[in-house]
Amino acid sequence: MAEVHDRPPEQFTLKMRRYDPESGEAPYWDQHTIELEPHRSVLEAILQARDRFDGSIGIRCSCRQAICGSCGIRVNGEPALACHTHLDAAKRSAKDGVIEIEPMGNMPVLKDLIVDMDAVHWKKIQRVTPWLLPKQPVPEREYIVSKESMVDVTQTMGCIQCGACVSDCLAMEVDPGFIGPAALAKAYRFVGDPRDDQQFERLNDLAQDPQGIFDCTHCFKCVQACPKDVNPMGQIMRLRRIATGDHHIVDKNNGERHEATMVGLIRNYGLLHEAEMIPRSYGGNSWFAKFTPAAGKELLASLPVIVRGLMSGKFNPKIAIFGHKIPKQDLKAVQAIYDKIESRPERYELNLYIVGEDEAPEPVAASTEGSNS
Amino acid sequence: MPEHDVLIIGAGLAGQRAALAAAEKGASVGIMSKVHPVRSHSVAAAGGINAAISVDDDWHSHAYDTVKGSDFLGDQDAIEVMCSEAPAEVMHLEHIGVTFHRNDKGEMDLRAFGGASMKRTAYVADITGQALLHVLYEQLMKHHETVARYEEWFTTSLLRDEEGRCAGAIARDVRSGRMEAFTAKNVILACGGAGQAYKPTTNGLIVTGDGIAMAYRAGAPLMDMEMVQYHPTCLVETGILITEGARGEGAHLLNANGERFMEKSAPNKMELASRDVVSRAEQIEINEGRGVGPDGAGIYLDVTVVPRKRTLEALREIVNLGKDFAGVDITREPIMIRPGQHYIMGGVKTDIEGRTPIEGLYAAGEVACVSVHGGNRLGANSLLDTLIFGRRSGEHAAARAAGIPMPTVNANAQLREDSTQLEAIIGRSRDGRRVSEIKSELGETMNKQVAVFRDEEGLQNALETIGRLKEEAGKAWIDDRGTVFNQDVLGALELGYMVDCAEATVVAALERKESRGAQFRTDFPERNDAEWLKHIEISLNADDRASGPQVSYSPVTITQWQPEERKY
Repeated sequence: MAEVHDRPPEQFTLKMRRYDPESGEAPYWDQHTIELEPHRSVLEAILQARDRFDGSIGIRCSCRQAICGSCGIRVNGEPALACHTHLDAAKRSAKDGVIEIEPMGNMPVLKDLIVDMDAVHWKKIQRVTPWLLPKQPVPEREYIVSKESMVDVTQTMGCIQCGACVSDCLAMEVDPGFIGPAALAKAYRFVGDPRDDQQFERLNDLAQDPQGIFDCTHCFKCVQACPKDVNPMGQIMRLRRIATGDHHIVDKNNGERHEATMVGLIRNYGLLHEAEMIPRSYGGNSWFAKFTPAAGKELLASLPVIVRGLMSGKFNPKIAIFGHKIPKQDLKAVQAIYDKIESRPERYELNLYIVGEDEAPEPVAASTEGSNS
Repeated sequence: MPEHDVLIIGAGLAGQRAALAAAEKGASVGIMSKVHPVRSHSVAAAGGINAAISVDDDWHSHAYDTVKGSDFLGDQDAIEVMCSEAPAEVMHLEHIGVTFHRNDKGEMDLRAFGGASMKRTAYVADITGQALLHVLYEQLMKHHETVARYEEWFTTSLLRDEEGRCAGAIARDVRSGRMEAFTAKNVILACGGAGQAYKPTTNGLIVTGDGIAMAYRAGAPLMDMEMVQYHPTCLVETGILITEGARGEGAHLLNANGERFMEKSAPNKMELASRDVVSRAEQIEINEGRGVGPDGAGIYLDVTVVPRKRTLEALREIVNLGKDFAGVDITREPIMIRPGQHYIMGGVKTDIEGRTPIEGLYAAGEVACVSVHGGNRLGANSLLDTLIFGRRSGEHAAARAAGIPMPTVNANAQLREDSTQLEAIIGRSRDGRRVSEIKSELGETMNKQVAVFRDEEGLQNALETIGRLKEEAGKAWIDDRGTVFNQDVLGALELGYMVDCAEATVVAALERKESRGAQFRTDFPERNDAEWLKHIEISLNADDRASGPQVSYSPVTITQWQPEERKY
């Protein structure tokens, strides 16, 4: 078996961004060299520096096993749990071999690596009515619900509230009011729970809020940041699909129409027809949409963007008017994908917690005999 | 000065359950924790929660298993309360949103656990503690108007009025460094165990015996402190816990010869004997040269015998732990484990309402000793303990509050004393040792001398070392001179708490001259009911702490199960 613990200790250099709110000084960089086995965690390295060299290094931490969610930081510019990041991996991704440690983003720094999660993260969690609104009457024993539904919401229940996704949410950087990945994943935990009585109300609330589910820009940063495979963006997309597909919620932010337009245009043209996106998102899915007042107004407002696009050569007037043309064969292939997906009796929902059938047993049957190797 | 009918210190499962119960009874409630509540160590409980909810089950069977698990040291009246109230409590948790795993009929599924005579453990994958804690916190957010939360407030001492009743606490706002006195008609301690007095331990860095030590210093007796649980399956290097759920799902333990050695000590229950039995069996294999790994200091846990789909669905967390913290894919190969410090059965002595002998002071969860776990706690009984006695404490304290006025206590003297002490630590010159060095020596001493096997000589050595460390801790120096998030100075206070807990543990272990539950004395290898079927209590004279720990005894409550030979 993999005896990772045989590897001898090595030296690692940490460059830490420090901030002392009482000093009146700006944040500064502080450097320490520690010695640990390469598979030990960045948290253990920080704690060694704190124990041996400088007890004033501020970091929240407790469990050391990626379950309490305290030690969210940035390692070499990427959000991570300190206890869940190996030193050798951190060194590999570091510039000049020096591991760079910073506090998380999108939240005010209180001291060193400690950020104000109350002011951002927890406020957003509180926003999504984060408790079950149970179906009535409450049964005497447990609610009878499917095994799959409980395993499904357990994926979002697995969120440890570490803030890594919040730290690097690009939409939140532009719009600090965006409810954001963690809180929306939390919202799915109730929307997906068959015991909850307010699925429509919750979804309508999150769809109508201009900083709700349609404010996500689909950048995947949160999916990458999450140390627990909660897949926040995936949950946001599921909220959208249930809101629009099951409840037919048409939101005042044009989120639903925007999505329907994009899907429809790609079905028709095989590629996005940019010039039709705005009018149809605002005026409905038809060629005449551009003459509706709402679409006209939006088009007018978007003129500077359109001009910039034309000037930079991102698109030319011909493509803008007639759309992209792709070979007939390719268009047919795209439409075949649509036909296949749309012919499914039920929507497929990808959930990492639900795995396939047992695989054929691997040749590890010799576990009893082979274990003394 | 904030005032509450009920002030709860600690916001893990016991604390949050107490807060919700007290608020429901109409009390004004404050809940205080040195960390954000969801960081509390309850979050790390993986395997599940026991309750006789199956139609074929009976709480009496659960109670008997618990009594037997405790090696007959548990108080049977308390065990009856816990086990009989368990089904309703688990249903309540389900109703407020815990996503318990279901069977094919859509009912709550149950898994096997150590020391249990049938499948009785409800679970959420292997993140049961996390799911429970987060759902209770959802309820705290829901009731934010009736429960005041003091998140990241560190308690420095308990307040007592002139009659000796508990009347509040002194605490420091970690964020600003401000000291504040809280007045309360009742205080419920719910701040967990003292695992960090050991190194390594499965417990988080925050588990430093704060509540146990504060109550002890205020004169409350500690009970069963010698009973320290070593969990059979911890990663060899870091001490990280692999849930008992793994063995519940069918995983095997193997020695270097590939033998399922549990056959020798527990031929019927095998890997699912109670934890003290399994940990001892492992330690014997290691001591006698049949361990695995480079130093022969480990045992193999073989999860590959569990169907892979089931492992990925129900043991997901440990699949990741194996991969991330040991570089092992547990679905493909065995993983190396060993016994490691995990839980303390002992704590502040309480009755079945959570009351300590100090009026107005309650305790619930790992900080308390009711005693439902006696000499050895069964897996998946700790979550149950926190919830049942958290709720009972909260309800009882709320009822008591309704009948009495807010205590009039002059907190200024105590407030000043605590502030001065903190300033003194911050101002110490660097001629002693660092806090981290002393903590490290304490943990290593405990793990060497006060572990699975103990004897007079080792315990005496430990007591001497602790005496020295206590003195050194009183002079230990720190680096941080600030007030905002000065975790350094709080670490010095935590060290003081841990040293007190360790001392009580060693004194009790020296006192108990027999082997029972988690206490195995190689110099007294048999259980001796005639002389030692009793609790050991350790207390300090609050007005004369210098006279050191005092030992006394109290009887074990037996209702329906007479002590018998314990076999698995």
